Amino acid sequence: MTTWHVILAASILVVGLKVLGHLMPAGPLEGPRPRRILELVTVSLLSALVAVQTLADGTSLVVDARVPAVLLAVVLYRLRVPFLVVVVAAATVAALLRRFAGWA
Amino acid sequence: MTRERRSPTERQAWRQGLSVAIATAAYGISFGALSVASGLDVWQTCALSLLMFSGGSQFALVGVVAGGGAPATAIASAAILGVRNTLYGLSVRPWLGAHGATRLPAAILTIDESTAVGLAQPDERARRVGFWVTGIGIYLGWNATTLVGALVGDVLGDVRMWGLDAAAAAAFVGLLWPRLASRQAAAVGVASAVVAAVLVPALPAGVPVLVAVVVAIVVGWTNWLGRPTASTTDAATGPDAQERA
Repeated sequence: MTTWHVILAASILVVGLKVLGHLMPAGPLEGPRPRRILELVTVSLLSALVAVQTLADGTSLVVDARVPAVLLAVVLYRLRVPFLVVVVAAATVAALLRRFAGWA
Repeated sequence: MTRERRSPTERQAWRQGLSVAIATAAYGISFGALSVASGLDVWQTCALSLLMFSGGSQFALVGVVAGGGAPATAIASAAILGVRNTLYGLSVRPWLGAHGATRLPAAILTIDESTAVGLAQPDERARRVGFWVTGIGIYLGWNATTLVGALVGDVLGDVRMWGLDAAAAAAFVGLLWPRLASRQAAAVGVASAVVAAVLVPALPAGVPVLVAVVVAIVVGWTNWLGRPTASTTDAATGPDAQERA
């Protein structure tokens, strides 16, 4: 499977899910339980992605310059700093720690 | 001039839609740069924003690709994050009134922001204005900034030297942050992060993220830590505590 295949297959699925919401009968997703599960699935997947993006190097766990960068990001989001500023700040901290402090 | 035909609520929907669109489109720069840093080329990066057009799914796909995950894992991650758009479609279609040729664009533009701005408006006409202004505004802005970000990322080259791997993690924190308002969501977030991290050495790249979703399904099904049965004893015996043990 090439990268293009991945992009096309995933795009068709994601757009298909959007179309489904405009065409399917409302019944199966009505009620608090399906809605709660869907909202929590989003939280779950994003949290797992944070953990893996911060700690994984292939299939091993490492603590490197990403950890302080992500901790800084959490503090900045808490202070309601805009998304783009936080992302740039996190990148800058990781880059500086690697260049001047010898972090991995 | 259409000005005198717009009601105050429609004008407010325009303003809100445009401001949300501008703020959201700015993320496109980080997506473009991170996507190229993950190994996709500029065309592939732009194709994702043009075709998929769902920020969370796009970030997830390039994140799994960057981590060396299998193609099926990357596709599954993007699709699972796209499921919430189905729910948004159900929420907006009663007042959106999209029929025939407008249905496909309406579906493609059904994302977090267009749904949120639409639902926030007080009457049906303003809701439609809010949805379309936000959706079209983000579509145009997101694709333009994706291209800019991809070109910048292409010039930067080395991912780690510029801290772009840390930027990817920080981007996911930003997508997650507004969803952690309830105690139940926060508990699911912590438990999912722990499950995914613990499984990293045991499973192929990308798979731990998918397994962590089981936490959400179990907690969502049983409504652990949720209203109206929330109590302090749940916190000690809930999924959070068990996954850590």
